Amino acid sequence: MTYFRKRIDMKIAICLRRVPDTTAKIVIGPSGVAIDEAGVKFVPNPYDEYALEAGLALVGAAGAGETVVVGFAGDSVQETLRTALAMGVDRAVHLQGTPTADGLANARVLADHLRDGGYDLILFGKLAVDDYGQQTGVMVAELLGLPCATAISSLSVDGGVATVTREVEGGVENATCALPAVLTCDKGLNTPRLPSLKGIMAAKKKPLDIVPVTVGESRVTVVSLAMPPERAAGRMLGEGAAAVPALITALTTEAKVL
Amino acid sequence: MAGGSAAYTGVDFYDMDSLLSEEERAVRDTVRSWVDDHLMPVIGDCYIEGRFPKELIPGMAELGLFGANLPEEYGCAGLNNVAYGLIMQELERGDSGIRSFASVQGALVMYPVYAFGSEEQKKYWLPKMAAGEEIGCFGLTEPDFGSNPGGLITTARETADGWVLNGTKMWITNGSQATVSIIWAKTGDIDDAKSIRGFIVPTNLPGFTAKDQKGKLSLRASDTSELHLQDVHVPKDAILPLSGGLKSPLMCLTQARYGIAWGGVGAAMACFDEARSYAANRIMFDKPIAATQIQQERLAEMLTEITKGQLLVLQLGRLKDKGTMTPSQVSLAKRNNINMACECAREARRLLGGNGILIEYHSMRHMANLESVYTYEGTHDMHSLILGQEITGIAAY
Ligand SMILES: Cc1cc2nc3c(=O)[nH]c(=O)nc-3n(C[C@H](O)[C@H](O)[C@H](O)COP(=O)(O)OP(=O)(O)OC[C@H]3O[C@@H](n4cnc5c(N)ncnc54)[C@H](O)[C@@H]3O)c2cc1C
Repeated sequence: MTYFRKRIDMKIAICLRRVPDTTAKIVIGPSGVAIDEAGVKFVPNPYDEYALEAGLALVGAAGAGETVVVGFAGDSVQETLRTALAMGVDRAVHLQGTPTADGLANARVLADHLRDGGYDLILFGKLAVDDYGQQTGVMVAELLGLPCATAISSLSVDGGVATVTREVEGGVENATCALPAVLTCDKGLNTPRLPSLKGIMAAKKKPLDIVPVTVGESRVTVVSLAMPPERAAGRMLGEGAAAVPALITALTTEAKVL
Repeated sequence: MAGGSAAYTGVDFYDMDSLLSEEERAVRDTVRSWVDDHLMPVIGDCYIEGRFPKELIPGMAELGLFGANLPEEYGCAGLNNVAYGLIMQELERGDSGIRSFASVQGALVMYPVYAFGSEEQKKYWLPKMAAGEEIGCFGLTEPDFGSNPGGLITTARETADGWVLNGTKMWITNGSQATVSIIWAKTGDIDDAKSIRGFIVPTNLPGFTAKDQKGKLSLRASDTSELHLQDVHVPKDAILPLSGGLKSPLMCLTQARYGIAWGGVGAAMACFDEARSYAANRIMFDKPIAATQIQQERLAEMLTEITKGQLLVLQLGRLKDKGTMTPSQVSLAKRNNINMACECAREARRLLGGNGILIEYHSMRHMANLESVYTYEGTHDMHSLILGQEITGIAAY
């Protein structure tokens, strides 16, 4: 039996954050509540890259639709948005403003913009690797009254229903939810593509709309930032098999793990 | 990764990044990630096995690495020359053999089709070459004509319906895996370098054979072959109509040498990065070897030379984009930067002690590779002579 799969026009928004490269050396700035950005390389939040790849793959497979990348941040996010355009996203929206430490205030800004966008899916990373807030995706879902699955590690969409897998303690959870929906993406979902060189050139010609926004009052204040304590240097106990007795002694008497 | 080194982040002591556009940086970062993810995991084995990693060709094509500075209308990425140079830099950070593959495909095969080909030839060949569906090689050097290619004795004789080619080419990168070759041959008298013309010759034609050069101790992850052409018949439209004289292949070499000058920076950066991280971690006499003056001087010298090399190629690229770059400016950059990379690789290898001779580390592989790069595309000596001629007006070769 042959059957024709209906061409589905998926409209997908991906919300994107710009974060310091995880290999960058972080220094706390003079204010004591923010990092010093000088000389730090910024990249798309790695979890957001899974979201980008998922969006691009779904629209690619459907053969029709639109992907839109949305970033709420200062002007520097435009470079990150163009990276998404270079990967293949159709257009970008820069919600121009300054996010606060209050996740809900930030989520409201995004939700207000996304509300009337007609999106079938709104994708987020499960967290941003700089502040580990883990709030934005779920709060946006709540504000929009949409179902939400968090930290998904697999995704398929068929007939207006998303089927997802979530890694839970000791196993996996399979779940479905009707579209439109909000999903936050985890590692393992896919392998994000690199922007192609033609994509980088094409990105310059794709629309990047700048929408000034105002963010509500922050009810959370960052009081101070501190670096983690320095790890003590390792100690060489010896080499090869000869080192084993000393290692066992150290693991039993010092580390007390044996 | 080897030596417990952190992710590779390049070397940028003079804030060169601020001299690059956002697109140029994006191109560089894309190729760097590709090298990290796809080339670094396999390059050690490929080198030991003496194997070019063919399986990487589709991925390279998909990124748009072949002929990336040629126009989009022919299926290429249409990048400027600085972005193109950065691609070569990042590829050679991985391995000179892989950069050689891209140089040959882009600068020595696609470029002559673009510069000397008819519109039909360009429309037919360039998109296929950009897509990696056709792999090219460049046949100029012959067993008895290396530094003086003008003396070449491969001939092309016109027949009623085309050309017949006869001759032997030596040291041809990609030779045995190429589906098509650009062969430089004399259409006139054997002493007449002005009669040198370029031909597009598919490698599956009767009379065309390629044999891999065995026993290489350098550039082992690249195929180098000898080509034999015995009465190879090609149609009339195999000739590159706008090619004429030795100047044509030399124009191709200028394109490739430009990229090689960038590549040298990449290889040197890889070695410096490895040396720096090894020096910090290797404890000898109860302290890291990085705490010794001799190793610090090594590193200081490497960083200085790399920084100079970076400034050199960036300005060269800006001149190329402006259209004012001269071949002798390219000679200076190729000569300086490859010699610099050879020195850095050797010093890095020495800093690594015994580990430095192992394939798990990269410096000795670069060191051995760079001896080929020092020799091909005009030996270091030949570039000295080109510069000497530029300065004095007297040719000493
Ligand atoms: C790995 C590899 C890949 C290559 N790939 C290609 C390719 O794809 N296509 C291609 O066409 N060729 C290729 N070549 C060939 C390369 O360009 C030649 O090897 C190079 O031009 C030198 O020629 P030769 O080996 O014959 O050395 P020779 O010309 O014999 O030189 C030997 C030595 O003499 C010196 N010398 C020569 N003439 C003079 C002079 N007048 N004054 C002072 N010193 C002089 C040289 O500097 C060198 O030190 C490749 C070579 C290698 C090693």
